[in-house]
Amino acid sequence: MDAPFLSVRNLTKHFAPTAFSRGPAVRALQDISFDIARGQVVGLVGESGSGKTTIGRSVLRLIEPTSGEIRFDGVDITSLSAGPLARQRRKMQYIFQDPFASLSPRMTIGQILTEGLDIQGIGNRRERRARAEKALAAVELPVDAYDRYAHEFSGGQRQRIGIARALTLEPEFIVADEPVSALDVSIQAQIINLLRDLQVRLGLTMLFISHDLAVVEYICDTVIVLYLGRIMEVAPAAALYARPQHPYTRALLSAIPSLDPLARQGRQVLKGDIPSPANPPTGCVFRTRCPVALDACAGVVPPLRATSDGHLKACIRDDIA
Amino acid sequence: MDAPILSISGLRAVFRIPGRDIAAVQDVDLVIGSGETVALVGESGSGKSVTSLSIIGLLPKKIGRIAEGSIALRRRDGTVTELTGLDPESLRKVRGNDIGMVFQEPMTSLNPVYSIGEQIAEPIRIHLGKSHRDAATDAVRLLAQVGIPDPDRRARQYPHELSGGMRQRATIAMALSCDPTLLIADEPTTALDVTIQAQILDLLAALQAQRGMGILFVTHNLGVVAEIADRVAVMYAGRIVESGPVSEVFTRPRHPYTAGLMRSVPRLGQATTLKAAGTPLPTIAGNVPSLALLPKGCSFAPRCALAVDACRTAVPPLFAATSTQQSRCLRWEDL
Repeated sequence: MDAPFLSVRNLTKHFAPTAFSRGPAVRALQDISFDIARGQVVGLVGESGSGKTTIGRSVLRLIEPTSGEIRFDGVDITSLSAGPLARQRRKMQYIFQDPFASLSPRMTIGQILTEGLDIQGIGNRRERRARAEKALAAVELPVDAYDRYAHEFSGGQRQRIGIARALTLEPEFIVADEPVSALDVSIQAQIINLLRDLQVRLGLTMLFISHDLAVVEYICDTVIVLYLGRIMEVAPAAALYARPQHPYTRALLSAIPSLDPLARQGRQVLKGDIPSPANPPTGCVFRTRCPVALDACAGVVPPLRATSDGHLKACIRDDIA
Repeated sequence: MDAPILSISGLRAVFRIPGRDIAAVQDVDLVIGSGETVALVGESGSGKSVTSLSIIGLLPKKIGRIAEGSIALRRRDGTVTELTGLDPESLRKVRGNDIGMVFQEPMTSLNPVYSIGEQIAEPIRIHLGKSHRDAATDAVRLLAQVGIPDPDRRARQYPHELSGGMRQRATIAMALSCDPTLLIADEPTTALDVTIQAQILDLLAALQAQRGMGILFVTHNLGVVAEIADRVAVMYAGRIVESGPVSEVFTRPRHPYTAGLMRSVPRLGQATTLKAAGTPLPTIAGNVPSLALLPKGCSFAPRCALAVDACRTAVPPLFAATSTQQSRCLRWEDL
């Protein structure tokens, strides 16, 4: 079997307190391990503070992990120096959440799209323009967008520009960080369809970050559920929705407001707030809100282990399935 | 029978841009009875927030104004007041008093330099004329009512010491402090995580059952509408295009925009089936039109698969599809 395209092992990230904040370090990620095979789409879901974005940024080394190993296409990128890292980054791109904040208002779309090519020293002027125009066509925008500015476009069109920017370098791997969260419902579906279509057509490997489980379901092969910097459950998308194993996944699915009045019956509402990642609970981090927690849950961090039907879950309650 | 809590008719709110007025909201009729929750739902620019800001007289001062229409509110003492004609001072006596307000971002609607308790007590002192001491006692009682544990201690804390969900509970306590007849909740759960959103929706429903106030719930999330509202009004490009009881509108939408919106919402458990079949998610083609460049006739016609020539000549009236459900579509019978 092939080695996984992206392999994350024991990734941990602690943010040290800054000059104006006292107290312990924020433990954003604790011992995260997962693999993505080439051409696969893995979804990261979780609520605020679960560490989704920290994982996304760490795998491109946009932030430095505290410890752990990230192997991309066989190369451990955590130990690369600036030059080789820049060459690796050519293959890895990032799509941001906010299509208003992530595009410079002072640059033309052409400048935005070719900036990465410039930095990487790819092609001459004419070739760069050709690549940018190809990317515009791929995201179904008119070629004349090249000489216009971001403010001339709607939110959905701007997000298409953000996707085109990621495509100009012809990457093999893309981190899409909440790419549809800022968009209206009718536009959301257009962008999800576009991303899915590009992923299939270009054979992209993707890490897709979202707080919205329904969005993740359509685009992802595998879904990782995070809570307070730890992995709770990993499962193929269809299986996760059909048979969630971890109590947190069940609660999360149950909390999503449904258009179907019948689905509202028997909804389970979690009590309390997400604890602070600066001071996470001992043992299982979810135990303070878990409806089925036992005394033993406070003792040790439950390991992520395989269940009978191919999920991985970090929960000691096997009797509730 | 009692008069409705809120009765809006023929509302038209305009924004001045150089040279002309642009209608952000027009032809809006809306009635909310006591104990009833009505949801205003729509996408960005549909006019749902402008409608709620019109009610409380908080349209942007220099450029926004109510051009036509009437907004009548039944107050706590039972009298009915026309809000559109009120001078700023009289309006101030209604806001935060007979009408409570909860906004999207609890951090920006709380003042960072006053304690939570002081902020809840302030309207009680101003509107109800209670003493500092009595108002402070009321504030702690309200915090307990909105489900904040250890309310005595929380009342002395500042907004930054509370989590997002707690802060939103505190703004709800503030909105309810003067026992309003109408609560306007403008995207109150949009900034919250789903598990916290579920808590806040349950809280609002419980508080309404206790107090019998009317709620105007503004949201873009159709799932939230299904959870909380009795009736729904769907807005598109400044007009209500469909309205009726949630159970009717969501089981049988009578406007192609509502139908398209409902199809576009990804539903749990459904996407894997679509993906396996290689089918894309259903979408609504095109983009929401700019309010400054609305097409002639029905604003949705350029994106509508059912549009016929008649749709492009005049804005359709609201048709009574059933005794309770209205649609602004010429072809409502074909849906």
